[in-house]
Amino acid sequence: MAKSNTHIIDRTKRVISIRGLHKSFGTNHVLRGIDLDIFQGENVVVLGRSGTGKSVLIKIIAGLLKPDSGSVNVLGNDVERISYRELEKLRLRIGFSFQSSALYDSMTVRENLEFPLLRNSKHLSTQQVRQAVEKALDAVGLSQTINQWPGELSGGQRKRIGIARTLIMQPAIMLYDEPTAGLDPITSMEINDLINEVQERFNTSSIIITHDLTCAKSTGDRVAVLLDGRFVKQGSFEEVFTSGDERIKSFYDYNFIT
Amino acid sequence: MDDASMKLKQKQPRRYVVSRKLDAFFFDVYAFGQFIARFFRNLFLPPYEFKEVVHQCYMVGVKSLPLITLTGFITGIVFTKQSRPSLSEFGATSWLPSLVAIAIIRALAPLVTGLITAGKVGSNIGAELGSMKVTEQIDAMEVSATNPFKFLVVTRVIATTCMVPLLMLYMALVALLGAFVNVHANEQTSFILFIENGFQSINFLDLFSSVLKSVVFGFTIGIVSCYQGYTTTQGTQGVGRAANTSVVLAMFLIFIEEIIIVQVVNWFRIT
Repeated sequence: MAKSNTHIIDRTKRVISIRGLHKSFGTNHVLRGIDLDIFQGENVVVLGRSGTGKSVLIKIIAGLLKPDSGSVNVLGNDVERISYRELEKLRLRIGFSFQSSALYDSMTVRENLEFPLLRNSKHLSTQQVRQAVEKALDAVGLSQTINQWPGELSGGQRKRIGIARTLIMQPAIMLYDEPTAGLDPITSMEINDLINEVQERFNTSSIIITHDLTCAKSTGDRVAVLLDGRFVKQGSFEEVFTSGDERIKSFYDYNFIT
Repeated sequence: MDDASMKLKQKQPRRYVVSRKLDAFFFDVYAFGQFIARFFRNLFLPPYEFKEVVHQCYMVGVKSLPLITLTGFITGIVFTKQSRPSLSEFGATSWLPSLVAIAIIRALAPLVTGLITAGKVGSNIGAELGSMKVTEQIDAMEVSATNPFKFLVVTRVIATTCMVPLLMLYMALVALLGAFVNVHANEQTSFILFIENGFQSINFLDLFSSVLKSVVFGFTIGIVSCYQGYTTTQGTQGVGRAANTSVVLAMFLIFIEEIIIVQVVNWFRIT
């Protein structure tokens, strides 16, 4: 199902701007000169095979990895040049949904959601924290899991709670790392709908890392295909997959045949 | 990632100075040194995680009490039982309380507490942090604007450093109680007399050296297990290795530290 465009993308306002990004791990040159702009309110899907550096890209944006060269500007901050304190402040405006959900095993769902709030919004009363947690859980449709442990949740529920935990800080940017990996088609569709809902309700800009073309088609305003450490094609889903590039075509054929 | 120690651990030399294994060993030692330096840098920088330190003290201290009680009591009984025949040969069983008190306070309590805590707490910390590392929970903490090193490592190292001396004192008391049970069963000695006899041979240096040893052992257990867990790689296999290495390395270092501290204290005792 293709994405319905009911939200507004402000093409005059760049929230993420990446230029000439390079990153290597030992002799493995993963990113080889990445240029990318993300605009206000835009969902950009980064497509590519496993091991092409998709996750590395968003980890660099969140300041979890340092690039070898190039610049990464997020919400007007040069991630490489700002201090650790400034980076912490910036991270409050970035929501990161991990591939493994990364819920804290030693905490209940409530405590998982409270954690970023209690540490970063100390002015909030207990009542306000409780309300924020309930609101975030309601946004992902999992209010009933509030007192459960992460180990008691299904894969799809864990993904949703992971997204709720990022939404609680009301981020301007969402970074989704393989949001539908390991999920059945129905749950994947629910996650795709949730990504679109988050974009519309909270007016976020997002980067969605995936190799799931259904996810790419239903969530992306723009698709960027990453091959051999470079973006080989950017545009709408239809533009990208009707381009005639054999490498992209084979990716499409393989994804839909399997 | 801003984790310098992690990077150093992953960084493998391309050309070997001596051999692959030896080079890797020295890289690991260097990375561990960096990790310790990072601990001390973070220790004095705000924000201070008091609440989490208290929580970790509870996890390390209170949760270890049953095991420490059991091992302490058994140590006291067994040591007294084993020492009795030797002293009986010389008709010196009246020295038993002194002998037991010296052995427990100077050597057994710190060493046994250190080893028990290394086994129980060290493996726990290694596995917990390792698991958090491979399931990206540490990264998740970092992107939610919480310094994971401060929250996970500094708090645990403070907790082990503070709680191991307290556990050692507790174990010494329980072991002395165990020793008393054995002495009382044979000689009908009162507890007051047993303690008086026992502590006649104990001086401030004995107690101080035991507390000092325990502080060093506690720090070692905390920093070694946190390092192993925090720098875990290679998935679930790595978690198992982190837990295992935490215990083995901490125990090994505890024995080395025991030798060094005993030498230093004996030097003070002579001079």
